Amino acid sequence: MNHPTELKYSKSHEWVKFLDDKTALIGLTDYAQDALGDLVFVNLPEEGDDVRAGEAFADVESVKAVSDVFSPVSGIVAEVNEELLDAPERMNEDPYGAWLIKVENITDQEELMNAEEYIAFYESEADA
Amino acid sequence: MGSYLPNTEQAQEEMLREIGADSFDALFAHIPEEVRVKDLNLPSGKSELEVMEELENMAEKNRRFRHIFRGAGAYNHYIPAIVGSVVGKEEFVTAYTPYQAEISQGILQSIFEYQTMICELTGMDASNASVYDGATAAAEAVAMCRERKRDRVYVSAAVNPQVLQVIKTYCYASNAVVEIIPEKNGVTDIEALRGALNETSACFYMQQPNFYGILEDADALGSIVHEAGAKFIMGCNPIALAVMKTPAECGADIAVGEGQPLGLGLAFGGPYLGFMAASSKMLRKLPGRIVGETVDRDGKRAYVLTLQAREQHIRREKASSNICSNQALCALTASVYLSAMGEEGMKQAASLCISKAHYLAAELEKAGLRPKYSQPYFHEFVTVKQGKSSKILNKLEENGILGGLMLSEDEILWCATEKNTKAEIDLAAALVKEVCEE
Amino acid sequence: MKLIFERGKEGQHCTLLPVCDVPVTDLKAPKRERPLHLPHVSENELSRHYTELAGQVHGVNNGFYPLGSCTMKYNPKVNEKAASLRGFTDIHPLQPKHTVQGCLEVIKRSEDMLCEITGMDAMTMQPAAGAHGEFTGLLLIKAYHDSRHDTKRRKIIVPDSAHGTNPASAAMVGYDVVSIPSGVDGCVDLDKLKEAVGEDTAGLMLTNPNTVGLFDKNILAITSIIHEAGGLAYYDGANLNAVMGIVRPGDMGFDVVHLNLHKTFSTPHGGGGPGSGPVGCKAFLQEFLPGKQVEEKEGALAFALPKHTVGNVKAFYGNFLVVVRALTYLLTLGKEGIPEAAENAVLNANYMMHKLKDIYPMAYDETCMHEFVMTLEKMKHETDVSAMDIAKALLDYGIHPPTMYFPLIVHEALMIEPTETESRETLDEVIGVFREIYDKARENPGAMHEAPVGTYVRRLDEVRAARKPVLRFAGFEK
Repeated sequence: MNHPTELKYSKSHEWVKFLDDKTALIGLTDYAQDALGDLVFVNLPEEGDDVRAGEAFADVESVKAVSDVFSPVSGIVAEVNEELLDAPERMNEDPYGAWLIKVENITDQEELMNAEEYIAFYESEADA
Repeated sequence: MGSYLPNTEQAQEEMLREIGADSFDALFAHIPEEVRVKDLNLPSGKSELEVMEELENMAEKNRRFRHIFRGAGAYNHYIPAIVGSVVGKEEFVTAYTPYQAEISQGILQSIFEYQTMICELTGMDASNASVYDGATAAAEAVAMCRERKRDRVYVSAAVNPQVLQVIKTYCYASNAVVEIIPEKNGVTDIEALRGALNETSACFYMQQPNFYGILEDADALGSIVHEAGAKFIMGCNPIALAVMKTPAECGADIAVGEGQPLGLGLAFGGPYLGFMAASSKMLRKLPGRIVGETVDRDGKRAYVLTLQAREQHIRREKASSNICSNQALCALTASVYLSAMGEEGMKQAASLCISKAHYLAAELEKAGLRPKYSQPYFHEFVTVKQGKSSKILNKLEENGILGGLMLSEDEILWCATEKNTKAEIDLAAALVKEVCEE
Repeated sequence: MKLIFERGKEGQHCTLLPVCDVPVTDLKAPKRERPLHLPHVSENELSRHYTELAGQVHGVNNGFYPLGSCTMKYNPKVNEKAASLRGFTDIHPLQPKHTVQGCLEVIKRSEDMLCEITGMDAMTMQPAAGAHGEFTGLLLIKAYHDSRHDTKRRKIIVPDSAHGTNPASAAMVGYDVVSIPSGVDGCVDLDKLKEAVGEDTAGLMLTNPNTVGLFDKNILAITSIIHEAGGLAYYDGANLNAVMGIVRPGDMGFDVVHLNLHKTFSTPHGGGGPGSGPVGCKAFLQEFLPGKQVEEKEGALAFALPKHTVGNVKAFYGNFLVVVRALTYLLTLGKEGIPEAAENAVLNANYMMHKLKDIYPMAYDETCMHEFVMTLEKMKHETDVSAMDIAKALLDYGIHPPTMYFPLIVHEALMIEPTETESRETLDEVIGVFREIYDKARENPGAMHEAPVGTYVRRLDEVRAARKPVLRFAGFEK
């Protein structure tokens, strides 16, 4: 499983790529997409919506389940990846290319992990 | 006493012994004694012959009218013989919702065909597998449009009052505000609508033809709604859809309607059929079951319930509707009806409805009932005669005719369909004339 | 199978309607311009099409149908005969009341008998299905609290074992859902319930027997905890078939119930409807009922509007012909047959459970009610054969699979509800099939993922269906 070292990770299995101090892209980790299975749809927020650290901002659907996606940061949605609406499979095929939203004016963030810590985290979670 | 238990008492006893229970009571030992039923106050069971006799007695207490000029939400159309034959097939009747696609292709394909026909009738992009009836379809459509910032609902005063009541009940449940747009000369007051809409408006619901049978200027209403950024919902009569401008052509975001005219009997109000179709933008918000095409693992074309993650069994409290059952057998009825009628048959039925209704209106006018409105209408219209409604309807009833629906002592809402013959219409008009000349 | 649109040919049609015998009037409003593509078929072609489709449907009439929580019992033919009487089918819903006394009698007698079975004081037939009944019942609860200006009651408590419809219905009525965990015995955890209730509690929704097939023996304590907190208790009648005539929701302390006539009272499911979901309530809630109540007045039956009705949840009076079928069933079974049906439903379930539990682990190994839940977790872990694989294997034996992956609190769940209308011989055969499948799964687990192999189509690509939805036939243009 692939977890790029330049990204940060949350306990709810999202990745964050900071473009600068106030701006970041958010997506689902490789681990998350693998656990969720074939994704068939994503409900995305609208540009201009507020997101808050620890709160759901989107949900993703597989054939038989729906799961919330949580924001690791607080800020404002600057852009949503509309490509995913037509091609949800991108989240499975290229989880780190398939960002869900771009957040700007970031004011707060959860405690995030680096790749090594994240791998240790989900491995311990799986054992529990 | 009747019973559908295959196991004899002896078999039941043997089975109890095998599982180590000495009696049926042992199986219910968890139930606190103080709440066990001591004496069920019901009549004793009966044989099939006796039960049928009793039901026939009840059916005979109803009066079947051979001649019907009443609509107002339930329409007396001809039902082709093939419809009952297909819909009565035990496989269709006794199956459950087609969750197990491998052994349910017949039902799944029939729903896919139904969805296609509803899309054809309405011109919309996608249809669900049906809901309970036209009124709940309207209420569910309204719920599809409500958003956080846009939650006010607008309904024309010229819709069927029962549909309005159901929309109101659903909105009471979800704490949404419903505003009624008044009517003017039997149609929605366009200026009132324009004045009412704002940035908090979710949607506007209108009916075509409306409760008085009138065909409204749906294009104009739709444009005003869209200018305000709200969604436009049309409730349509499915027979009229064969000839009138479709909801898609009028710019509707959602089209719904009562499918009863498509081969379902009057049946004292149910079961009927709510059809719902939407533009592709609104597709994911459609409630209820939806069937889609796919392939099996050998690549063979097949059908399956799809987009299920919208639904209550997965989304639970986040689902936009709680609906599980639809009216599958009624949707099948509509499909068989539409297939038997075909394009020509549907257009012929619509044309007959229009012609018979206009002939009825003309004859009633000669008999002394003035038409209330001058707008174009489909197969229903309102007449006026001061203080005579009860007398007219009683007179017709005495002669085996169910007349129009009394709106007041002065006004009656009439309906004619392909089933009404010229002779029948002439007879009704003659009887009305007698009353008017009294 | 061809689609109906791929059959026939332009020009083929049925001859159904006469020529117009009055002057022809043209539509005086804007007309549709887009073509109307409907099938072009003769009656023969049409008839064969649906005969072919019917051949690819599994109904109760085709074979065993142990779909847990759905009560797929036999649908008696006399019900259909009664519902096809023209004195019922040809009645306009807006006829004068003296011409519909028979219809009113059907409604009144059904309501009276169902009130007696549920221990309720009043009932409405207006809801069209179980979920619609839930919505209606919760509306009564909302109207009750509103009438007392008790607006702080915003929460409905639902056990985590509940069907998804319960929380979805609560949300439709604007309530927040509080999910409480079940105890290890599968029943309501009383301590957790006590913690959850408060002055914001509007009510509790519960099935009893619950979704794992057990009767919650603490039921009186549960309903009184809710009542003491000022909430109302809602009985989801999905599982009434286990206890009808044995114990009544009203006596267990419930204030509102919904029934599923298409489960408990033998009306057919129709491939997913029409059903009927009557709602019963205690006297203090009657004034809020939707629709109209049938009352006896001066020797005749008449409609009366409940004083503070929540309005209509549907046009007219519900799925009337479904009610006719249920009344036929009620009159047939009567006071003896109703509890006997429940007893035999419970017996059949226990019999099957008893004969399978040595190889299929049960989620709760104790006397069950009308259904039981097995867990394939161990099998899945050891052989990678899942509940889904076992279910699909049954298809090759002509048996409809049990409910899969429900309730959510049991992993790899299969929920089996044989119903009372199956004979011991059928149960023995099916038990044999389950055991055979078990052996196959142990011997050659890999092959289980292939099942079914003998059905008209095999497992479907559901991901493709959802990712690129094709929801209508698009081949007209060619």
